[in-house]
Amino acid sequence: MEFLVSATNGSTRGSRWLLLHSVFVFAFLYLPIAVLIVYSFNGAGVGGFPPRNLTLDWYRTLFSDGAIWESVGNSLIVAAVAVVIALGLGIPAALALDRAQFPGKALFRRVVLLPLILPGIITGLSLLMLFNEASIKLSLLTIVLGHGTALISVATTEVFAGLQKLDRAQEEASLDLGANYWQTFLRVTLPNLRLSIIGAALLIFTLSMDEIAVSFFLIGRDNTLPLEIWGRLRRGITPEINAISTIIFVFSLVAIVLWYRLRRSAEGSPEVAAELIETAVQGAES
Amino acid sequence: MFSRAYRAVVTVPPLLWVTVFLLIPYALMFCYSFWMVSTSQTIVHSWSLANYRQLLTVDVYWQTLLRSMWIAARVMLFSLLLGYPLAYFLSFYAGAKKDLFYQLVIIPLWVSYLVRAYAWKTILGSDGVLNTLLQYVHLTKHPLEFLLYSPFAVVLTLTHIYTPFTFLPIYASLEHIPRNLVEASSDLGASPAQTFWRVIFPLSIPGVLAGATFAFVLSLGDFLAPLLLGGPSGIMISNIVVSLFGAAYNWPLGAAISLCMLVLVVSLLFVSERLEKKWSFS
Repeated sequence: MEFLVSATNGSTRGSRWLLLHSVFVFAFLYLPIAVLIVYSFNGAGVGGFPPRNLTLDWYRTLFSDGAIWESVGNSLIVAAVAVVIALGLGIPAALALDRAQFPGKALFRRVVLLPLILPGIITGLSLLMLFNEASIKLSLLTIVLGHGTALISVATTEVFAGLQKLDRAQEEASLDLGANYWQTFLRVTLPNLRLSIIGAALLIFTLSMDEIAVSFFLIGRDNTLPLEIWGRLRRGITPEINAISTIIFVFSLVAIVLWYRLRRSAEGSPEVAAELIETAVQGAES
Repeated sequence: MFSRAYRAVVTVPPLLWVTVFLLIPYALMFCYSFWMVSTSQTIVHSWSLANYRQLLTVDVYWQTLLRSMWIAARVMLFSLLLGYPLAYFLSFYAGAKKDLFYQLVIIPLWVSYLVRAYAWKTILGSDGVLNTLLQYVHLTKHPLEFLLYSPFAVVLTLTHIYTPFTFLPIYASLEHIPRNLVEASSDLGASPAQTFWRVIFPLSIPGVLAGATFAFVLSLGDFLAPLLLGGPSGIMISNIVVSLFGAAYNWPLGAAISLCMLVLVVSLLFVSERLEKKWSFS
């Protein structure tokens, strides 16, 4: 509470209300997560207050559940390939937006960023029609293409932001000293963009692991984890879902802490996600 | 300083990819919306406005669209009401704990969207956590049925999901306000309320617009929360599209509805962008 005393403006009463409001919002944001975790240990299944018969049974069931782990494997593969596609095209796209002029540049920028703000159903359905017209069978490959395409937006935004902070003189010096473009890109540009690229990769990986609206329409025979969970939810609720979600949550927390350390050591602003939303809505300013 | 070859290398691959996987699919969606399904359940490539006529004349389509917009508007409003004061508190009163609190807002985003919607289902159900809690403390004798399978459940869940997204750009815009402006305002005799409404709030409008647009647009197109928690009265426009692409098998009509959504979203983005430009002072 000591930070309230140091408040420089506003009445103390006003700030009390704000504090109360903030506590309420945090409670609202964390309630479902708390429920999720607590009931993953609840012997009596999901729901029912108070929780009783704490048990690890659901985790045991989960670990012997082949279908879930297969879908986790599929999701990991999809996410990894989506990262490669999105970065492979997002980095050049950011470079193009930063330093090339070509007809239709403004339109290109908007179209690249569109999947970020468009409801997933539109991206998913339009790709479904493409694959249908091209007679491409739905499979993990079509999901990968969907994720990769939708997430180029994230890679482009992050890398473009990194390029804005980049000191052009370094690249000029490298070129003047006889390095060719490729060497300059590998030895000067890329190392400078390291943080943006790692950040983008982490974000793309997570978003892909969690993606369901686009995948929903592009799924073939093999499920990704969210679709596997979705399938089970339609059949009824089971604490196994709580257990797998809890495990993923713990992994995510570890990833956040690692990323935060990395970022702090490199003195970056923590406002990546905010930038992403603003860019999504406004279209990147050049 | 960059050669033509360099520019071509960075421009052509993304341009081609975006054309094949974004532009052509959108164009296809446009084409599909004028096609038809024959009685033998195949898609005929003959052009007509029949799908659009159907959209205008069959009540259920535009009524569902209106209901979706109303749900999305409520989500937007509640996300702003929850997110703005939180952002304001963090930016102006949280002091050294700012970064920690900021991370605490972000962390829920790392829990899958689907899983959080599911968690709300287990909370709101008739033998869910909330109802059994209410009965446990003898506040109610019977489960409250309106909690789940209602537009209420959809609005609650989507608000939960989009509040952090609304918070983020608002917080960013508040953080960019030079603190000496605020000091100048109070030095010149403005009350804290006056300072807020005449200095801080106007400067945060671009963030509010970005957050509001994001929440509105993405909840408008949602189909998973309504399927999971909405029940018959919580059906949204995307659910109709899903069924048209599934069991109802009428892709062209589904494409026509999707295209309307696409146009609606893009126009909203356009308006929001204009307004943001108008309100940004930098």
